Amino acid sequence: MRPISYSRADAVADAVAAVAADPTSDFLAGGTTEVDLLRQNVLLPRRLVDINDLPLAQIEDRPDGGLYIGALARMSEVAEAPSVRERFPMVAEALELGASAQLRHMASMGGNMMQRVRCGYFRDAASPCNKRDPGSGCAALDGFNRGHAVLGVGEHCIATHPSDVAVPLMALDARIHTEGPHGRRVYAIDDFFLLPGATPHLEHPLEHGELVVGIEVPGTPMARTSRYLKVRDRESYEFALASVAAAVTLHDGVIADVRLALGGVATKPWRARHAEDVLRGAPAGTGTFRRAAGAEFASARTTPLNAFKVELAQRTMVRILETLTGTGTPSGTETDAAPDTDTHTDPGREGQP
Amino acid sequence: MSAPHVPSRAPAAAVLPERGPEPVKITLSVNGDEHTFDAEPRVSLLDALRERLSMTGAKKGCDQGTCGACTVWVDGRRVLACLTLAIACEGHEVTTIEGLAQGDELHAVQSAFIEQDAFQCGYCTPGQIMSAVALLKEGHDGDDAEIAEWMSGNICRCAAYPHIRAAIRTVRDRSRDPSHGQT
Repeated sequence: MRPISYSRADAVADAVAAVAADPTSDFLAGGTTEVDLLRQNVLLPRRLVDINDLPLAQIEDRPDGGLYIGALARMSEVAEAPSVRERFPMVAEALELGASAQLRHMASMGGNMMQRVRCGYFRDAASPCNKRDPGSGCAALDGFNRGHAVLGVGEHCIATHPSDVAVPLMALDARIHTEGPHGRRVYAIDDFFLLPGATPHLEHPLEHGELVVGIEVPGTPMARTSRYLKVRDRESYEFALASVAAAVTLHDGVIADVRLALGGVATKPWRARHAEDVLRGAPAGTGTFRRAAGAEFASARTTPLNAFKVELAQRTMVRILETLTGTGTPSGTETDAAPDTDTHTDPGREGQP
Repeated sequence: MSAPHVPSRAPAAAVLPERGPEPVKITLSVNGDEHTFDAEPRVSLLDALRERLSMTGAKKGCDQGTCGACTVWVDGRRVLACLTLAIACEGHEVTTIEGLAQGDELHAVQSAFIEQDAFQCGYCTPGQIMSAVALLKEGHDGDDAEIAEWMSGNICRCAAYPHIRAAIRTVRDRSRDPSHGQT
């Protein structure tokens, strides 16, 4: 790690002004990605402005049944908040399936939105990487890319977005609040994460010195029975190969509404709008779910090493939709009541892909 | 970029005092005692503990936040000392494995690790114990699956996991049974 200077801010305006005025200053929150990348000389700031003392750790109810989560609320605090667990279980599940207990105590929600990719070539300062060194090329395209993305990819970058919790937040149409040199801004979460395109080094529409201050989650009654399903190479403490956040409402066996987002397979937290379009108004059932999953991955671009993710992610989508709708069960009842994910078990489905 | 654009509040912020990059005086509260030493702002809490304060309990395994051998508590919460800057811990209470025993009396989890043979080479053990005590306080000790999940940030190359879980269960069960008198 190169030498750095350190400042500590106790007011948002001070932190923003300090970083905005100096292109070589960056914010420091939980540090779980940043300190690691400093040590590998991937990030090279002259100075860090420690924002951990800023009053941004609130988890507040909103009148619409939604939440406002301060950027410095830690992943562990959000995961255990009763309001999150009751109204947005897929958010709590995504948080608790991410990282480890220690990292969740450290990592802030704002930092989670700003975390960098885990691509080994991005993190290796000796490799070409358009994200780290624009125009240098992408070593992952022909490299070891088993974990890389199949959606939202291009010629310049195929790094997978690593966040779990951003996936349900994408399904919930969350809004990211920032404070910057030009005041307060609010971004739709889909606009907050940029596709790599020809400029993979630009990951967010933020200007230098613009600080994430909070995440607004709109009230979403259907999210009360939502789930997050994560598939990975080991049982715990691992990034997703494929993950799905989903919420469904049924009416007489027909899908009245659905929210679906994917992790582990795309260059940004991925709202599965093509799948949602197939599902809305269609009868709940495995056939419908397979068609929806297929529609989402019709545009997938794979490499020989990561092609397995297309089928894996589709099966993950089908599985979570079957679970949420209780379809394919022996009792097979599809009602317009809130789906109860715990009472439906289907031993016959366990061994199936 | 959508959404409302609120006019700037034009913060007339004072310039923030800057420390470093050369060594600066850092004061940390570790296990209830204040320590002042000189270190650069880039020095991790782990290196400060081990190299400046001679507290070598917290171990440097991976130094990149994946193994858990450096687990300590900051303000009572288990964190990774290798991904924490020492200077950022000023004003916070740091607890290390050295602060767990009461004089010569080991903490119940330390005793249980010995009793249950919960280590082989011992290198990951301080981190395992700091994590285990925190897990018990957090209440994630319901069954073996829950213990395994909430201990997954502590890797043991010797794979002493079954005995580590047994040690945690032992302390959990004793704390539920008051006749054992120790928690």
